[in-house]
Amino acid sequence: MEAWQRLKRNLGELWKSFRGNRMGLIGLGLVLSALAVAILAPWLTPYHPQQVIRDENGRGLTFAPPSVHPPLGTDDGGHDVWAQLVYGARISLTVGFLAGFIAMFVGSFFGILAGYFGGWLDNLLMRVTDVLLVIPDLPLMLVLVATIRQMQLKISPLTVLILVIGLLYWTSTARLVRSQVLSIKERQFVARARAIGAGHAHIIRKHILPQVMPLIVANTVLILSTAILIESGLAFLGLGDPTKPSWGTMLNFAFDRNAISNGAWWFYLPPGLAIVWVSLGCVLLGNVLEEMLNPRLSGHHLEGEAHIVKLGEAE
Amino acid sequence: MRAVIGRNVKISAEVQQSLREQFGLDKPVFPDQFLMTMKQWASGNLGVSWSLRRPVAEILLSKLWNTILLIGLGQILAIFFGVVLGLLAGWKRKTALDTGALIFSLIAWATPTFWLGIILLAAGSTWLGLPTGGILSPQNVGKPLHTVLPDLAVHLILPTLTLTILYLGEYMLIMRSSIVETLSEDYILTAKAKGLNQWQILWRHALKNAMLPIVTIIALNLGFTVSGAIYIETVFSYDGLGKLFQTALTKQDYPLLQGAFLLLAVSVIVANMLADILYTILDPRVKAT
Repeated sequence: MEAWQRLKRNLGELWKSFRGNRMGLIGLGLVLSALAVAILAPWLTPYHPQQVIRDENGRGLTFAPPSVHPPLGTDDGGHDVWAQLVYGARISLTVGFLAGFIAMFVGSFFGILAGYFGGWLDNLLMRVTDVLLVIPDLPLMLVLVATIRQMQLKISPLTVLILVIGLLYWTSTARLVRSQVLSIKERQFVARARAIGAGHAHIIRKHILPQVMPLIVANTVLILSTAILIESGLAFLGLGDPTKPSWGTMLNFAFDRNAISNGAWWFYLPPGLAIVWVSLGCVLLGNVLEEMLNPRLSGHHLEGEAHIVKLGEAE
Repeated sequence: MRAVIGRNVKISAEVQQSLREQFGLDKPVFPDQFLMTMKQWASGNLGVSWSLRRPVAEILLSKLWNTILLIGLGQILAIFFGVVLGLLAGWKRKTALDTGALIFSLIAWATPTFWLGIILLAAGSTWLGLPTGGILSPQNVGKPLHTVLPDLAVHLILPTLTLTILYLGEYMLIMRSSIVETLSEDYILTAKAKGLNQWQILWRHALKNAMLPIVTIIALNLGFTVSGAIYIETVFSYDGLGKLFQTALTKQDYPLLQGAFLLLAVSVIVANMLADILYTILDPRVKAT
């Protein structure tokens, strides 16, 4: 358990240096506030997103501008936009986070195995990631989601989205973890552990994993921003779940139902701002974490510039 | 099967059977249907679209130029402004310009393509009176190209602007870090020692070398630019490959979808190959390895 205690101590030190980084703190604030909104949704609005708001004559308020009540106006069907926004946070964040975590697990799993054992497994991993790097991702995802829908399996549309995003975006994590494991497994403490008879499983669990863990965390935060952006895009193209509208689905509705020609800016501005809010938060947080944790970036003669190069690659 | 005949379910069993045979759907997917498709592709035949009843290759070609026009224009502008701004930001490090460039890039990265399109569409059509979509005004469709150029340009402003803003940030960042790295090279020191002025150093020595990473990124970006085209063509109802792809998907027009996908994959591979070749010309050091 010693290695894990070391990890805990390292995390403590990490927080100390993190506190001084303004970009990182802003990112953390953006992400945590969005999470808070998603969790507290029922307490933040008196309405249900699908509830029609009526005036005193009982007629539905369509495209009502923002006022004291309703705070962000209504959509074409008289539903409260603010209520849709806070409940939409739940859907967007759930899909984004679950997809991100799947990518993290799959990527770390293959990255560690390929880096540790090498050989044909490593070759296979590199070739698969090469292929996924070249294929245009959005068309591929559109085709996959549509094809899975076609099969009429009993999976909810959101689960399909989560699986497709998660299972396509693990390659960058896998490559990063692999390169890290390649260098860790050559270190002294691994050789010593092996000399006193430790098995592969033991070495991976007790020595490799604690070392790559911080890097995996930083990378996951970056993947989250991609996952949330991609979810919004797929939902905008009509592949979301209309009964469980995320921010992307809201934008899909706003666009299809002529919010623009009706001048209903309160319908199409807030969901987009919310997406920018969360993905910007994840990018800031992830870049700062990666800068602090990625040994290949720190100590370089371009220290401080390094995260910028990384951002370009993440696109 | 439903996709071929549309929603018309009152179709006799014999007709259904003959349709199946005509499209080869009565044979097993693998290997028969697969081999059949491969054979057709090898001979340049991409099949017939189910929804438009025209050869897929012909449809793709007719939309291809519209997309190339849109993407090409957006990329050229983004590369130009990205390189210039990145150069300035990297040169004047740690100034307000540098910080501003970084913040702009971060926000551009975090902004969904289609949403930026929606905002520009709303702002441009309300305040500037720009057209809300399409490539040409309805009365100009079918007229010779040179007579409708102003109309075409007006229609291209908003979609091109969206593409430019989104890719500008990325090129700017790459250019910036690349120029910072180049400026720390020994030959720059030599140039300074020779007494060249800053402009000469930047233009003759730094810029050319710093451009190399941009070439790679442009080629790698092509696949992602296609994704951007799907969003932008949807928002601006621009009649190109992206919109075609989206239509093929919703109409379950598989031959068309396959053809479009093939075209995308091939163009990305070709672009990467061109970048590799270009690289050896631009940087003689690559040849040596």
